[in-house]
Amino acid sequence: MSAWLGSVDPLYAHGVTFAVFAIVVIRLVAAFSVLMGAVIVMIWFERKTISDMQSRIGPQRWGPFGLFQTLADGIKLILKEDLIPSEADRFVFKLAPYLVVLPAVITFAIVPVGGTLTIAGHSVQLQAANPPMGILLMLAMSGISVYGVMLAGWSSGSKYPLLSSVRASAQMISYEAALGMTIVTIVLATGSLSTHDIVTAQGHGILHWNLIRLGVVPFVVFLIAITAELNRPPFDVVEAESELVGGFHTEYSSFRFAIFFLAEYMNTITMSAIMVTLFFGGPAGWIPNVAHLRWVFPILWFLVKTVVFAFCYVWFRASLPRLRYDQLMDLGWKRLIPLSLGWMLIVAGFIVNRAWGFAMAGVVLLAWLLLTRAFELGHRRERGASSVLAPVGERPLPGEVLRARTDEEEG
Amino acid sequence: MIAGAYALPSIVVFATSALLVLVGAVGVIAAQNPVHSALSLIMTLFGVAVAFVAQSADFLAAVQIIVYAGAIVVLFLFVIMFLGVDRRDPVRVEPLVGQRAFAAVGVLITVAGLITLMARSHWVSGAISVSSGGTALATGQGNVKQLGTAVFTTYLFAFEATAALLIIAVVGAVLLARRERVVENEGSDA
Repeated sequence: MSAWLGSVDPLYAHGVTFAVFAIVVIRLVAAFSVLMGAVIVMIWFERKTISDMQSRIGPQRWGPFGLFQTLADGIKLILKEDLIPSEADRFVFKLAPYLVVLPAVITFAIVPVGGTLTIAGHSVQLQAANPPMGILLMLAMSGISVYGVMLAGWSSGSKYPLLSSVRASAQMISYEAALGMTIVTIVLATGSLSTHDIVTAQGHGILHWNLIRLGVVPFVVFLIAITAELNRPPFDVVEAESELVGGFHTEYSSFRFAIFFLAEYMNTITMSAIMVTLFFGGPAGWIPNVAHLRWVFPILWFLVKTVVFAFCYVWFRASLPRLRYDQLMDLGWKRLIPLSLGWMLIVAGFIVNRAWGFAMAGVVLLAWLLLTRAFELGHRRERGASSVLAPVGERPLPGEVLRARTDEEEG
Repeated sequence: MIAGAYALPSIVVFATSALLVLVGAVGVIAAQNPVHSALSLIMTLFGVAVAFVAQSADFLAAVQIIVYAGAIVVLFLFVIMFLGVDRRDPVRVEPLVGQRAFAAVGVLITVAGLITLMARSHWVSGAISVSSGGTALATGQGNVKQLGTAVFTTYLFAFEATAALLIIAVVGAVLLARRERVVENEGSDA
């Protein structure tokens, strides 16, 4: 038993004593409080950055630079009246927020924040848990978080939240396939599922980062797919306020709404961290040869890289227009899934040897040509006289007529 | 023998997973609302995943959650919401006459089969895990390697046959769902 535990985490190698138990508890509490603190800073950061990008001032009243604005908002939300619509399914309505927030917290547990520390003779990995299933835990949790959004919309017993939850379920399933495929690519190259091993394998310098080692394609696919999983702009059709009022959380108020809000930002931070872990070597980076800085620097590197991605999400939100629903589905099924599958096959070929790699590249190229031709034919059948599908997203008036009219109006 | 072979923690884990599986399974058939049934199904799947982890089959546990809870039940819910079957239709009228009698017979046969299996095979005779019946299951990372080797060498034919079956089902569904649309006004179709 202890040998098996030791293989999971070196902390348990010499049996589970009280000290080991204490370290585990401290590690969990630290991870949780870091995440909660980060959420508060992240909300402030997003509001401040977007204000800057839109030439506004943003929060400024509470605390230095408006830092305590989030706290004030949180207190306000908790003190508000908690409403449950009469048409709501009460049990599921109360359950849904927790189904969103729990996966967000659990996923953060597998992120390696730093290297390995030695505390009182015990070697401690700076991550809350290092399960053998590793990165699969993240996929499983993103699968569970769909339920929170879906059930919140459904249980509200209201029209727009229901539409939102139908959208959410379709969207999150579509992008999960592409997400899984890029993770398979990484796992193939690393030869291990555990996030600790994935980070260690990238620790030998910038050329060993998965971003460069696997070609940039998996990273781009992952970034797009994970943004869609998060329902962040430009993929926020789930809570598109111009179409669906507030989306799945329209009927929520008070503390339950605060939980949804919390979960969204937790997810943003966690996914930035996961991206750093998978593609940017996690805590890898230059380390000075000074006694205590040797374990401080990896944490700093990790923080810097994560903040860069957190900023990217804010940047997306401020600058990209929302995709239409059918465009979103097209991007997921027709572009990202074939692309990630093809790239995975090429990488797998190159892992065997060079000849197989080029053979795979040829096969994928051929498949890509075939697929393009098939899309072209399908597109023609969609539009032409022998169309089989009702055109989606077609305006009642042809585009040229509309353009002519707007040109006339604008003079 | 049996009582001596199990440590307290594994009994607790087993009881928890069994409880999750059973309560969920009863919930699936007892719930009035189809969405509640689907939720109970997720609970059952979680119970099975816990049982997998207890048998140190971590990969299977993760896949159980990702595929069944994360995709298949989501699709169930999608269809339930899309078709609006959750508006509580009273299912007092039996769509198939005499199905209750057949169901009772089916339950009897299944339970009898299970009991016969349990009485004859080795896994109630005190083996700690299923894996100790055959080749030892590797722990941690070796787990995945072992499974991959088994699927792509020993059981390759069964694996590929399943894949083909799934593809046939998908293509069939697409073919059935596709309707040739009659174009009414070809003149205005610009």
